[in-house]
Amino acid sequence: MIDYSKLVGKTASEIKPSGIRKYFDIAATLDDVISLGVGEPDFQTPWTIRRSAIVALERGKTFYTANAGLIKLRQAISDYTYSHVGVSYDPSKEIIVTVGGSEAIDLTIRTIIEPGDEVIIPEPSFVCYKPIVQLTGGVPVIIETKRENNFKLTAADLKAAISPRTKLLILPYPNNPTGAIMTEEDLIPIAEILKDTNIAVLTDEIYSELTYGKEHFSIVSLDGMRERTIYVNGFSKAFAMTGWRLGYMCGPNEIIKQALKVHQFGIMSSPTISQYAAIEALKNCSDDVSSMVTEYDQRRKYLVNSFNKLGLDCFTPEGAFYVFPSIKSTGLSSDEFCERLLYSKRVAVIPGTAFGESGEGYIRVSYAYSLKHLMAAIERISEFLEELKKS
Amino acid sequence: MNRLINLLKTNARLTNAQLAAMLDMTEEDVAAEIKNLEDSGVIKGYSTIIDEEAAYKDSISAYIELSVTPKAHVGYDEIARHIAAYPEVESISLMSGGYDLAVTVRCKNIKEVSSFVYQRLATIDGVISTSTHFFLQKYKENGIMLVDAAKDERGQE
Repeated sequence: MIDYSKLVGKTASEIKPSGIRKYFDIAATLDDVISLGVGEPDFQTPWTIRRSAIVALERGKTFYTANAGLIKLRQAISDYTYSHVGVSYDPSKEIIVTVGGSEAIDLTIRTIIEPGDEVIIPEPSFVCYKPIVQLTGGVPVIIETKRENNFKLTAADLKAAISPRTKLLILPYPNNPTGAIMTEEDLIPIAEILKDTNIAVLTDEIYSELTYGKEHFSIVSLDGMRERTIYVNGFSKAFAMTGWRLGYMCGPNEIIKQALKVHQFGIMSSPTISQYAAIEALKNCSDDVSSMVTEYDQRRKYLVNSFNKLGLDCFTPEGAFYVFPSIKSTGLSSDEFCERLLYSKRVAVIPGTAFGESGEGYIRVSYAYSLKHLMAAIERISEFLEELKKS
Repeated sequence: MNRLINLLKTNARLTNAQLAAMLDMTEEDVAAEIKNLEDSGVIKGYSTIIDEEAAYKDSISAYIELSVTPKAHVGYDEIARHIAAYPEVESISLMSGGYDLAVTVRCKNIKEVSSFVYQRLATIDGVISTSTHFFLQKYKENGIMLVDAAKDERGQE
């Protein structure tokens, strides 16, 4: 008989599965669950984007594209990036169209990191950075961001985390799960520290279109940052295109040309139909994006207000589509809170610990749901808290 | 103020406190703004969107196209106001195109609809012709889906 324990690689088998999945699995076994768990828009992809994909199919655009992606799309990405962050990238040498922002993160880390290299990751943050670093043999160095700093990365914490082996800083803002953003004033001291080092920055700006009240600002716009920054973005969140699996990375040619080999041998090229649709998204859908942002913003304000009223201290997020209330006042751990809420009131939220140990004491609540759905959930959470107080 | 109107259009039962939170206003300002919209006639009233097929099982609704020749002293307005006064009439509008007035009515059965058409409408001075269509299935009304919305498949296997 085959012995899988000897067959499967140690690195892969030691990686912990995503802590988000567990709650979906429990929820699937229960009836009448109101989920506030998912990390993808509830809107359908705007119709003109879908229509562009249909047209591409009708015209028989069913072949591979160039490894780096359709040149027309790369040109559109270059224009879009220039108008949004004020930095220009050469479509022929400095942009790769990837399978979601996720592949762009994977490519960046695998292109740069060698065994033993250190990667600084602020947490709480999206679940993929640490495992990918571990797969390359790199060493994740975690910075715990704090509520009192509005979950921003501080210059002091960054300075303390840098060692001679540091190669890469991951900047996951606007942040999933906290909704924190980094403004220009927040980023200037970060850039100041990096300026004279040989450390690269992976700025994951997948939520950049979804900010509220404040314009998004990218570190790549600051002096001396373009040469060390890999700018990652994608179509999933801004244009409600999660299932299309399309993102992109922009960076200096010296890095992009190496990453392109990893992409070429691993993926070949990103989905062709999605690429045609994405051109439409970048060129003609800013109205669709802004109406989604307006809707998210109302839900965000409703939730922050509701959680604070319920006595769960809730930081006001300025980006993405999550709120991250503290559940410390209940005396429960994040995991206990989520499990009890799910079993007793059939509401699924994600424990902050799924996004790093520093998420203990918090829960992630997605507002990629209709207001009606959110109001029903708040009603149940309120009953749950009442019952907790009595017991 | 479009955002306030849009929120009320999809859910008129939102409290002033909830509206205030979502719109970054004070409750007092929300109350004042709503009063203002009511007084100026932008908000005409608050109604409930009902799935009529489910709520009134023993009734039927029809859409009637009317062609009308306005006469001296009896214009479209007078005819429309006259028809609007019947309790069976749920809506009436003056239209451009192939006919003039669009009327929706709700009655107990087909017989009642037809007697309404030939006794009440066809006899009005100025009405030249009528064309009656019965609703078979309503899918969306007032921006709200009446049939089952697509299931939320996100987060599933």
